Amino acid sequence: MPAPTAGQRPRPHAQAPAEVPISEKAKALAQLLQQTLADLGPDIGGSLGEVVATVAPEHLPEVARRVKESPDLAGDLLWCLSLVDYQDRFEAVYHVYSTQKNHRFVLKAGVSQGEPHLPSVMSVWPGADWYEREAHDLFGVVFEGHPNLAPLLLYEGFEGYPGRRSYPFYDYQEW
Amino acid sequence: MSGIGEVTVGPFRPERPLDTVEMMLNMGPQHPSTHGVFRMVLWIDGERIVDVEPHIGYLHRGSEKLCEGEIYSEIITLFDRLDYVSNFNNELVFCMAVEKLAAIQVPERAQYIRLILCELNRIASHLLFYGTFGLDAGAMTPILYGFRDREKVQSLFEAVSGARLMHNYFRIGGVKQDLPADFRDRMTWLLGELRRGVDECDRLLTFGEVFLARTRDVGNIDAQTAIGLGLTGPNLRATGVPYDVRRADPYLVYDRLEFDIPVGDRGDCWDRYYVRVQEMRQSLRILEQALGQLPEGPIMAPVRRILRPPKGEVVAHAENPRGDFGVYLVSDGTDKPYRVKVRPPSFCHLMALKHLLRDCYVADCVMVLGSLDVVLGEVDR
Repeated sequence: MPAPTAGQRPRPHAQAPAEVPISEKAKALAQLLQQTLADLGPDIGGSLGEVVATVAPEHLPEVARRVKESPDLAGDLLWCLSLVDYQDRFEAVYHVYSTQKNHRFVLKAGVSQGEPHLPSVMSVWPGADWYEREAHDLFGVVFEGHPNLAPLLLYEGFEGYPGRRSYPFYDYQEW
Repeated sequence: MSGIGEVTVGPFRPERPLDTVEMMLNMGPQHPSTHGVFRMVLWIDGERIVDVEPHIGYLHRGSEKLCEGEIYSEIITLFDRLDYVSNFNNELVFCMAVEKLAAIQVPERAQYIRLILCELNRIASHLLFYGTFGLDAGAMTPILYGFRDREKVQSLFEAVSGARLMHNYFRIGGVKQDLPADFRDRMTWLLGELRRGVDECDRLLTFGEVFLARTRDVGNIDAQTAIGLGLTGPNLRATGVPYDVRRADPYLVYDRLEFDIPVGDRGDCWDRYYVRVQEMRQSLRILEQALGQLPEGPIMAPVRRILRPPKGEVVAHAENPRGDFGVYLVSDGTDKPYRVKVRPPSFCHLMALKHLLRDCYVADCVMVLGSLDVVLGEVDR
């Protein structure tokens, strides 16, 4: 590869968010989500080709049940549950995949930082078990209805929630 | 009569059946058959397992948190250390996530190089599984056969990247350096060796009577339960669900290559083992085609050393030897990611252990754990 000179060098870094054209499949999926969750007032959006539905946290089990049981969405595999700390709120991000329809979509629910509580979706996707325990471990979010929220990755008696942004970075506890 | 050797045998009383007591048995974390630092507590009734509680976290290094303090190019080394048996595949997923976010076009040659190394890594990983699974079943020879062939793959990795493990070879936008001059010759030789080696391994173990007795119909799981628990990769395909990211959501240049997706039908230990053996053959098929198509050209896209992707979030995933490995990346527009969440396949596989081990024999518990092929590095992160 020839060494790029300073003048010609393209600058892919200094750019606006990448524009991914919304595919027909994604449009249809967004419409399906809108139909299935219509009375729960979802906020359907998208980012980089993913279809995202933001719902109220108290509706989560109902939303989960519907997207799993709906024959068109058939979101049977909870691919991942991630928590993101946006300083003013936590966001629980559920990535759902459908093995029958081969499509993926994202469910999001925001929760305040004071005493974060979320309903558990373990009754719908048993695979949420350890993801919720991990989120409780690292972020201190309590999942109501989870049978066993014992520490998973951290040891018993660890103080603080190391997943949060406010947790000091190079500060660690000795055993 | 005194002392410790005293045994009294009472008269046989058929009206009083034998009492059984549930017993708790701790296994690990330093047990050689747990494939890492993993502990499980078994509740057993005689030889039957009643319940099991897996304990993980002994290898928790806070990788996800560490990612928030490193610039993008430094994080690749952290991903090497997640699933330490298939390093190339992990690096790939992180690079793909950043490239998707920053809209970087990776040159074709780099894509082929990545694909070839990832498929080789899959074979190396499955050969390690083959060896240790044989060892779990009590056969000593498979591990020697597995390592003999894996060593050849590792030497090629060393020639390409300079390291046998923890390669740190992929870069955001391409790969670190071009392939060595004799790569094509070495690959041709290696493919022949591997083909012979895999066939030999297959003949040695697969249909052995003792091996079949230990693995057939042990630790069964049906497709519905497996999907509900989030199983992916060979463990899901063993139940008959043909979900493979390479086919379902093609990345790199997999859509140009021909390969089959081997599936099992019963979802027992033997199926999980045999799916992997067949997968090695498919990987060899892929490698042959990819080597034929390998184009010339640049290996790096023009990317800044200190990369600042735009604000946004992205998901990238790929078919690792263990399953669907993914990254959820949130960027706030600075040179460090805001949040990195890793979706390790082994994490879900260990979750399934509770279902797999119920009503198993204690002697089979090591086999079931071995057949899941977990790597604790990515479970604990």
